[in-house]
Amino acid sequence: MVEIPAGSAHAVPAAEVEDMELYHPKSWWTKYVFSQDAKIIAVQYSVTALSIGLVALVLSWLMRLQLAFPGYFAFIDADHYYQFITMHGMIMVVYLLTALFLGGFGNYLIPLMVGARDMVFPYANMLSYWIYLLAVLILVAGFFAPGGPTGAGWTLYPPQSVLSGTPGGQNWGILLMLSSLIVFIIGFTMGGLNYVVTVLQGRARGMTLMRMPLTVWGIFTATVMALLAFPALFVACVMMLFDRLLGTSFFLPAIVEMGTQLQHGGGSPILFQHLFWFFGHPEVYIVALPAFGIVSDLISTHARKNIFGYRMMVWAIVIIAALSFVVWAHHMYVSGMNPAFGFFFATTTLIIAVPTAIKVYNWVLTLWRGDIHLTLPMLFALAFIVTFVNGGLTGLFLGNVVVDVPLSDTMFVVAHFHMVMGVAPILVVFGAIYHWYPKVTGRLLNDVLGHIHYWVTFLGAYAIFFPMHYLGLLGVPRRYYEIGETSFVPPSAHTLNIFITVMALVVGAAQMVFLLNLIWSLFRGREAGGNPWRATTLEWQTPQTPPAHGNWGKELPVVYRWAYDYSVPGAPEDFIPQTQPATDGVTREIMA
Amino acid sequence: MTPTVQTHSDPDLRSAGLRGVAADFGSDQRAFKTASWGKAMMWIFLLSDTFVFGCFLLAYMTARMSTPVAWPNPSEVFALHVGGQDVPLILIAIMTFVLISSSGTMAMAVNFGYRRERSKTAALMLATALLGATFVGMQAFEWTKLISEGVRPWQNPFGAAQFGSAFFMITGFHGTHVTIGVIFLLIVARKVRRGDFDEERRGFFTSRKGRYEAVEIMGLYWHFVDLVWVFIFAFFYLW
Repeated sequence: MVEIPAGSAHAVPAAEVEDMELYHPKSWWTKYVFSQDAKIIAVQYSVTALSIGLVALVLSWLMRLQLAFPGYFAFIDADHYYQFITMHGMIMVVYLLTALFLGGFGNYLIPLMVGARDMVFPYANMLSYWIYLLAVLILVAGFFAPGGPTGAGWTLYPPQSVLSGTPGGQNWGILLMLSSLIVFIIGFTMGGLNYVVTVLQGRARGMTLMRMPLTVWGIFTATVMALLAFPALFVACVMMLFDRLLGTSFFLPAIVEMGTQLQHGGGSPILFQHLFWFFGHPEVYIVALPAFGIVSDLISTHARKNIFGYRMMVWAIVIIAALSFVVWAHHMYVSGMNPAFGFFFATTTLIIAVPTAIKVYNWVLTLWRGDIHLTLPMLFALAFIVTFVNGGLTGLFLGNVVVDVPLSDTMFVVAHFHMVMGVAPILVVFGAIYHWYPKVTGRLLNDVLGHIHYWVTFLGAYAIFFPMHYLGLLGVPRRYYEIGETSFVPPSAHTLNIFITVMALVVGAAQMVFLLNLIWSLFRGREAGGNPWRATTLEWQTPQTPPAHGNWGKELPVVYRWAYDYSVPGAPEDFIPQTQPATDGVTREIMA
Repeated sequence: MTPTVQTHSDPDLRSAGLRGVAADFGSDQRAFKTASWGKAMMWIFLLSDTFVFGCFLLAYMTARMSTPVAWPNPSEVFALHVGGQDVPLILIAIMTFVLISSSGTMAMAVNFGYRRERSKTAALMLATALLGATFVGMQAFEWTKLISEGVRPWQNPFGAAQFGSAFFMITGFHGTHVTIGVIFLLIVARKVRRGDFDEERRGFFTSRKGRYEAVEIMGLYWHFVDLVWVFIFAFFYLW
């Protein structure tokens, strides 16, 4: 270890870099629209992501209506159904969850939580949002383009995604989708570099990596993963664009389509799947790790207890991130790849359960004998744990080759990934919004509307996705426009489908309550004050609420302790902010 | 948990080797004690870009191994007819030499930049840009030659169609990187020459003060583009 000079054991190092010089906007446009302030950019990201998410929600309604009442709605034909599926999936995974967690929460929380004035490169950060918006507009343009958006499924598997049988395959749809993804990746890279460098190089005095709140650890690690995983998607998109536009055959083998031999040959569809899932699996954790981090902080704050096993939690995040790069082919057990691969990827997949289980145990142990306040953020955090464990357990089924093969491409898979990376992270998004909304706006969200939103969403999501496991075990395939008469699907399955659809409509309607709450509370919500949850982390210690441009006023904060000094024995209050120096006997540092 | 101590600003107190790395990562404010924000950002961007080129090259290798039609022989395809006989890979060899040389002039520019020798820095950056432009020019020549011989992204007379696809895609993507590098070299060279970094003139877009470090950050990018070319040369032309 480093020799510690006597007497300096609690000294905080001097500032290594001079205080950041901020860009001071001169007009309304540069202050609120083309803003370089990470907090404004965060709100822009969040509003855009939630808006496009609303489109995805409506698309899911339309899909469910078709599944419950096949043929009843004349405007939902097979092509439309596939387009709804594709756009719903891609929007939710990339344009909503990734953008919201990293662009939204990342931009708002990273500078505030590590004690920085702003992101390190505000200009690139601003560009990141506008390029993201451009990507969203290109995506939405698909709805208005000739032939409509692509209906290839969110995985865009070739060869079908670029053939004429698929909606948008020989039309604008697939081109707009691929272009939009490429633009998204370029925009994300600009933001992502900012998030990573801000965490590594832009922290406050006293803020060591091991004093950072787990929220920052989750977002930081997810961003690093995204910077390494998105390149594979970028390359896959470029190559497929060439296949479609220039007539190359990267992914296209020799194909006879409608009796015509196509001018392609020698390409490998499996290659696309490898590239796609090398992005696609880390993407699951790009969405999950910020959720893990945020939920840790919600639980600790609202149970008034330090997070159990902080170091273990950090390392679990890092190990999950590393492992997630070597599990991708468990999405491809039935693709026709070398069967020996399956053994390797099943093993790595199951190993990932170990650090994930550590995290779940630590959340539960944090709750154990805590002073649990059943506030809305806490309720959503609890709902997350239950949902995530549920989705994680079905992951064990699907991770094993022999169990996966019969379950592959059934509703069981749909139920699994909606539980684990759909519902679970979105519950955290809600919890986080209820938690940080007072910091962003200065007002608390309405509690009654919040409880309606919570109970309908939580129970409703279970009512939607729990029966889907059963449908999957029956053998009901996913992605089918309609099943029709089959010998293995009993009529009761159809009744269940109607039930699921009704629940989906109800849960969707509950989100309107949430949106109403967001708008109503902006004007009429209860004044929150600077630190309504009595939390320790830096963002609650800002001189103004909402924080002003530059976050901290004249003096940057100095950090003296970790983020989890809750209910410290002997302390006058049940929380000690990270900025409180070691002055009395109760300031010992508790670390796992 | 060891309390944070001030070890990084005093060089005598900084540990060497892995202990030093651990101490830096365990400290506050910055994990990389000598890297500025801009330099750290460039390094991380290059890491990400490495994955882009890595995916391109792996995809090319997969295509080359799995295509049912035989792959063309690169030494024949990339041969130039000089002095009555075919010289294999001669153009690529010259291109590689030019690009590697440009790394040399870039490194010298960085050196003179830190000595605040404005005119030498700017001149060397211009030389680097010139060599880079020469490289792109020769690449354009190579493309023209192959296109005139009938090589297209979708087919070619020498063998597997994926040869042309991968060739145009990978060299095109690399050439784009070089071109962007040349443009930024010219921009930074102009700033050096005008003395922007001496008088801390603010950037047009970012309104941030410029520093001589921009030369070094530019250099990181340029060396990276050269290094990538070495891999493309090895995997595409020599294999």
